[in-house]
Amino acid sequence: MAKATDVKLIDEFGRRHDGRLPEEMRPVSMRINVLDNADGSALVEFGRTRVLAAVYGPREPVQRFMILPDRALLRVRYHMAPFSTAERKSPAPSRREIELSKVIREAFEDIILVKYFPRTAIDIFIEVLQADGGTRTAAVTAASLALANAGIPMKALVAGIAVGKIEGVLVLDVDEVEDGVGEADMPVAAAPDIGKITLFQLNGVLTKEEVEKGLDMALEAIKKLVELEKQTLVEEYVTTEEV
Amino acid sequence: MSEEAKTRKLVVPGERLPDEVELKEPYVVEVEGARVATVMGVLDLHGEKPSFIPLQTVYVPKPGDVVIGMIQSIGVMNWQVDINSPYVAVLNAQDFLGRPYNPLTDDLSQYLNIGDYVKAKVVAFDRSRSPILTVQDKGLGKITEGKIVEIQAAKIPRVIGKKRSMISMLQEELGCDIFAAVNGRIHIKCADSERESILVLAIKMIEREAHTVGLTARVQEYIQELKKVKGVE
Repeated sequence: MAKATDVKLIDEFGRRHDGRLPEEMRPVSMRINVLDNADGSALVEFGRTRVLAAVYGPREPVQRFMILPDRALLRVRYHMAPFSTAERKSPAPSRREIELSKVIREAFEDIILVKYFPRTAIDIFIEVLQADGGTRTAAVTAASLALANAGIPMKALVAGIAVGKIEGVLVLDVDEVEDGVGEADMPVAAAPDIGKITLFQLNGVLTKEEVEKGLDMALEAIKKLVELEKQTLVEEYVTTEEV
Repeated sequence: MSEEAKTRKLVVPGERLPDEVELKEPYVVEVEGARVATVMGVLDLHGEKPSFIPLQTVYVPKPGDVVIGMIQSIGVMNWQVDINSPYVAVLNAQDFLGRPYNPLTDDLSQYLNIGDYVKAKVVAFDRSRSPILTVQDKGLGKITEGKIVEIQAAKIPRVIGKKRSMISMLQEELGCDIFAAVNGRIHIKCADSERESILVLAIKMIEREAHTVGLTARVQEYIQELKKVKGVE
């Protein structure tokens, strides 16, 4: 297997292995209303990463003991399909998936207005169909769109993106290859409309300055992603007639 | 684009609204001093004061609401009724029968079975317990004829229209009895099945295009066209 030092991920022109510049995102596509049986759904693609989100609720939870008397219960299930990776992934929830479900749930806890629907449950199911790095941030983006599509009141739209460091350079939207050999990976999710960061993790080592610069890069990209989310939502409603 | 269309704007969750827009929780809330829309909706700048019309809502029962419920399950002393809401309502046997009820001698499924529809009024709901229904009022009770059309609860005001303009037009064109309940279910009763199917198509069209301008006229045109095709006078 190639060692990290053997692989050249940034060429002499400053381009990454797939031709992107350090501050360039992969091509992003978003679609909503992709599932008929869910209250809201979205399919989001960041390059080869493809994530499906389905939202149900507010609805009566099946397990009555889970009811919260003062707010809606938010449940998130992040799951990678067995066919999403190069080698088959066991469909049983792994430690990583349980952690990501929690992190993604926390990214929405202060965004969704749960206090208006006590004794109900809101379910977010996230299925990674194809993994090529940045699945958790794509998952947050897909969940945000699916929530808006389901008509669940939320303070703002959320989107996520990761910043990584490869060969000493900060790069936006790391993919699987870059994540594998890079020095650091920093996923960020935020709601730019209300100026809140809702998810922030760091794997690896970055200096204080690098964190600050990386965060700026991520927030700039998140603004663009949220604009794209808005466009996707509006387009669904615009028919041949004017609005 | 008509004058009216220019004053209407699609709004997405998280978008700031003018300060004059009334608070309508949870669809218009205050976030850090600013009015913010929390669901997809239309900002109407037409008229004196701008207003926000949500395109998606969750039906939360309020005492006094007349709803159309579907029997979901039968309990010992009551029925559990699906009212198209996250909260399942309860209709007590004693209330429905109007007399004391003894589970040893009476069988509730004889009166209302699973899947039956009832028109009922919400008498109490405080979010800590299930909403309670009653049928003890004029025009309430089991629905025995006609059809139920289910649409999104947020689109009911559009089916009724400003000063009942849409619903009166539907009634005039097709001569049907229409009752639009706030929880998104519409009870229709027509002279024949042809009219019934035209009305269902028209209601579905209203649901689909609720956010567009000049809808009443377009629905009327659509109904007249369908009437011609189906040969309904």
